[in-house]
Amino acid sequence: MVDVRYDIAFKLYPYKKVPAQDRPAERHPVVIVGGGPIGMATALDLGRKGTSVLVLDDHEGVGQGSRAICFAKRTLEIADRLGAGHAMLDKGVVWNVGKVFHGEKRVFEFNLQPQAGHQFPAFINLQQPYFEKFLVDEIRVAQAEGAPIEIRGQNLVTAMSDHGDHVALDIDTPDGAYQLEADWLIACDGARSPLRDMMGLSFDGRVFEDNFLIADVKMKAAFPTERWFWFEPPFKNSGQSALLHKQPDDVWRIDFQLGWDIDRKAELDPEKIRSRVDAMLGEGAEYELEWTSIYTFQCRRMQKFRHGSVLFAGDSAHQVSPFGARGANSGVQDADNLAWKLDLVIKGLAPESLLDSYSEERAHGADENILNSTRATDFLTPKSETSQIFRNAVLDLAGEHAFARPLVNSGRLSVPCVYDDMPLNGTDSLDGPEITRVGASCVDAPLDQGFLLNHLSGQFTVIAINTQAPDLQDVDGVALSLVSLDTKQHDPSGALQQRYLGEETQAVYLIRPDQHVAARWPSAEEADVRAAVLKAIGRGA
Amino acid sequence: MNLNLEANIVDPDGFYDELLEAHQHLDKAESDAFNARLILVLCNHIGDREVLAEALAAAAQRDA
Repeated sequence: MVDVRYDIAFKLYPYKKVPAQDRPAERHPVVIVGGGPIGMATALDLGRKGTSVLVLDDHEGVGQGSRAICFAKRTLEIADRLGAGHAMLDKGVVWNVGKVFHGEKRVFEFNLQPQAGHQFPAFINLQQPYFEKFLVDEIRVAQAEGAPIEIRGQNLVTAMSDHGDHVALDIDTPDGAYQLEADWLIACDGARSPLRDMMGLSFDGRVFEDNFLIADVKMKAAFPTERWFWFEPPFKNSGQSALLHKQPDDVWRIDFQLGWDIDRKAELDPEKIRSRVDAMLGEGAEYELEWTSIYTFQCRRMQKFRHGSVLFAGDSAHQVSPFGARGANSGVQDADNLAWKLDLVIKGLAPESLLDSYSEERAHGADENILNSTRATDFLTPKSETSQIFRNAVLDLAGEHAFARPLVNSGRLSVPCVYDDMPLNGTDSLDGPEITRVGASCVDAPLDQGFLLNHLSGQFTVIAINTQAPDLQDVDGVALSLVSLDTKQHDPSGALQQRYLGEETQAVYLIRPDQHVAARWPSAEEADVRAAVLKAIGRGA
Repeated sequence: MNLNLEANIVDPDGFYDELLEAHQHLDKAESDAFNARLILVLCNHIGDREVLAEALAAAAQRDA
């Protein structure tokens, strides 16, 4: 039996018996366990590169509940590279204005003006089920084009054994058990990762003693499309902080911070939730409760994200507090980092050790996310009398004085981490802008036609700006494409100059398949590019 | 720039008087809040992270 643990929002991959269930264990190059956003993004990326991938999910579709609602620019750019970015942008809610309240008082308001010259906004609000559905929709498109991706719904992994060069899985289905084998296994099975437990691996970190009540309410109210955040909210029984944020389909996310010592069951009583929501929205507000949940959270990560032929990605590898939207967003960056490396390893073009750089780079990202979300949590829930005094002093000053506003921390929104000083990094001999240094993810820029990131489509790319670059088709089989740009012709807005040249007049950039900068020079010879590609695939000297 | 730990306050007695005066009609909770605001205002004025770190270290040394 495969238990149904949650209700389905979109039934996207209904169970269907496959011949493999009656055969001896078949070997797959890659098996992904868990069909959430990270599993599906990884499958899509690998499949689009031609590497055969099987996704096992214990349900038949996407679970209900808005969950991760805030998707950052980098995530949308990655989704766009995979083909799903515009569906997300079209459905999502774009917002710029945030208001911060302390009790009855409106402390200040900020307007995150969209930065000009980017294809995607800083973030959108979108219910997680839509995010997952758009990825699966794109997988169906890729499959129709021949991408070797298979999804098996209601396939529950009940046991795994590690044989060094492969793993064996026991799988339960509505038609009974069967087995299969995988050269590589990617665990995208969430924060409670059963695979991590089956392997006896630890997941250490800090538990925050607090409960947050989430209520998604559907209403045709005249609230503006803004993010409203209250410290010590004035409405009755609303806890220590509260958040009101708009999602698509006239749904509003409301969060109440309830404290630690609560009766979960009583708090989830719809009557009780309605009384809180009434107090917040005002008497007579008409709404329906769409989805409610109580969560506590932890900030922690695995020591290593690679264990032999098993790779952990997303919440199974690291967990953060929700403040700052760093959970799903960082998981998608894991997928982005992992897929091209695993693809090259499977094709025999890069050594297996390249996968250790996945662990190293993404653990660095996880540490940054944990640091940021822990700091936000400490501001939101002061842990001592003195920290409470300082927190309220900041809020008291922020109304009157601009200097105190940057200290107010209700979550720093996710930005991609820079892989500074990492082993795959090549030469940085350009005296260029900081934001596009080696290790950074490429900053988008509008060109005379389209955007720069549209030219970086998942393989190593050389960008030559105002200069010639060696026209290499490949480096020892690793494909390479060339984008030649002339700022006089291709850069009408000046953004390319500003973001990639700064004071310099010309540059050559080597970009990895995940759109991070691998190396950059004022000018480059064939030997320079070759050495940087080899370094970036783990074959460097 | 280094943290200045030499005498730098003009009219020290007058300043000290003013500091106590500011707290005179405050209860403990109000005084704590006042001090926190004052620290933040002064830290912002200094701004320099190295100097602030030195100041935190100097304040931590009770017997110095």
